Amino acid sequence: MLAKRIIPCLDVKDGRVVKGISFINLRDAGDPVENAKFYDQQGADELVFLDITASHEKRKIILDVVARTAEDVFMPLTVGGGIKTLEDIRDLLNAGCDKVSINTTAVKDPYFIRKAAERFGSQCIVVAIDAKRIDANIINASAEPWFDQPELKEVCLDISGLKFPIQDWNRNGIWAISTHGGRQMKLIDAVKWAIKMEELGAGEIMLTSMDKDGTKDGYDIELTRIISESTTIPVIASGGAGNLEHLYEAFAFGKADAALAASIFHYREYTIEEAKKFLRNKGIPVRL
Amino acid sequence: MIAIIDYGMGNLRSVEKGFLKAGIDARVVTMPREINNADAIVLPGVGAFRDCIANLGKMNLIETIINSIKKGKPYLGICLGLQILFSESEEFGIQKGMNLLKGKVVRFRSSLKVPHMGWNTVKLVKKPPVFNGIDDNSYFYFVHSFYVKPDDEEIVSGTTDYGINFTSMVWKDNIIATQFHPEKSQQTGLKILKNFGEFVKKA
Repeated sequence: MLAKRIIPCLDVKDGRVVKGISFINLRDAGDPVENAKFYDQQGADELVFLDITASHEKRKIILDVVARTAEDVFMPLTVGGGIKTLEDIRDLLNAGCDKVSINTTAVKDPYFIRKAAERFGSQCIVVAIDAKRIDANIINASAEPWFDQPELKEVCLDISGLKFPIQDWNRNGIWAISTHGGRQMKLIDAVKWAIKMEELGAGEIMLTSMDKDGTKDGYDIELTRIISESTTIPVIASGGAGNLEHLYEAFAFGKADAALAASIFHYREYTIEEAKKFLRNKGIPVRL
Repeated sequence: MIAIIDYGMGNLRSVEKGFLKAGIDARVVTMPREINNADAIVLPGVGAFRDCIANLGKMNLIETIINSIKKGKPYLGICLGLQILFSESEEFGIQKGMNLLKGKVVRFRSSLKVPHMGWNTVKLVKKPPVFNGIDDNSYFYFVHSFYVKPDDEEIVSGTTDYGINFTSMVWKDNIIATQFHPEKSQQTGLKILKNFGEFVKKA
């Protein structure tokens, strides 16, 4: 039986591991390669490097980090952050990573996903979706230049029927796409976007709830479940893991195929093995 | 020396580093001459069957690989390197394979997620030499949307459950091929690469 995957995520800036709370207040916590080896020994199922390096000149550092990791770590490695061109993908794959995760570039140009999947295969193209329940700020969200294209129009979030102000914003079941670490909202329906990304060739979805990210009070289960049930590709739940029960909820109720977590593993609150034993005792198939 | 064939389909670095880690002399090659000079062949690769055959064809490698295998040179196929041994694939219509093994490559038709991605167990039917020291039902890393259906049941060496029981490993004489990725399967996977190196020495 296919095991549910536990994936530690390392935020990497200028070649160093950092972990922020909702992408702010970063704390330096070491060498990515050493961390990767540590998680490899613990039996992590995959590893994600999220490159949050801002300056363009320093972008090449991640290639060196990937190459050094691939020397010693023999498990699937995904790199996300700042991927803009097919050459960026090629360079990362050649350095030794297996999958790339793409967010902003897909929002700017959805057909980039098709081009990437055709060139490198769907199995290595992960679309990262940062979703946020809409609130009153949605009226300031920007439309994309491709919104008038017939093939893409359906992903557009129609807010014309909504009455403002709406009470109870954080309980509604409508999620929009956000980019730039949650700072920008887009008029894109997250569920329809996920379906479209699969159609264009994405092989997996890395789904982060921007409402939950950094809160440690659990994944957005409703969001995870609706996206997982609306698509036929694997979905990685992300954002909000604060304890092992949260991982269980992501699989049992969110129907996720994998769960991504950063701080609970990074600050050694739990080991991967503890997490897997906990899940196995609750009937979730894991690799131990 | 073991030749890892580079035909532009995916991450070869891990395969090469994996052999290196296991203390086995393996090199990435692109030329028919290098394949002829090698003691054994490894054909890795992920992606589309069609591109795989097309790339190998463009590089004039297909005949060399087929001849080497027919002469008894040890062959380790990984993922696409398993699939292209077969007669044909239903990916993008019907694509012809190397036809060294009779059978088809077909797509998963279950209600489960495709690609089949992640860690799954391999149930041994016939234990090949590369499994020395590896337990039955060990976990390996998979990522694929198609699987092989051999005509000859005798070559099925391992199976995996994903809605159906599909063939995840074949073994016939000098051919060993896996649907999973040893180079991505941590210590158990490295053991397979090491065992293949030992198998080559004895061959």
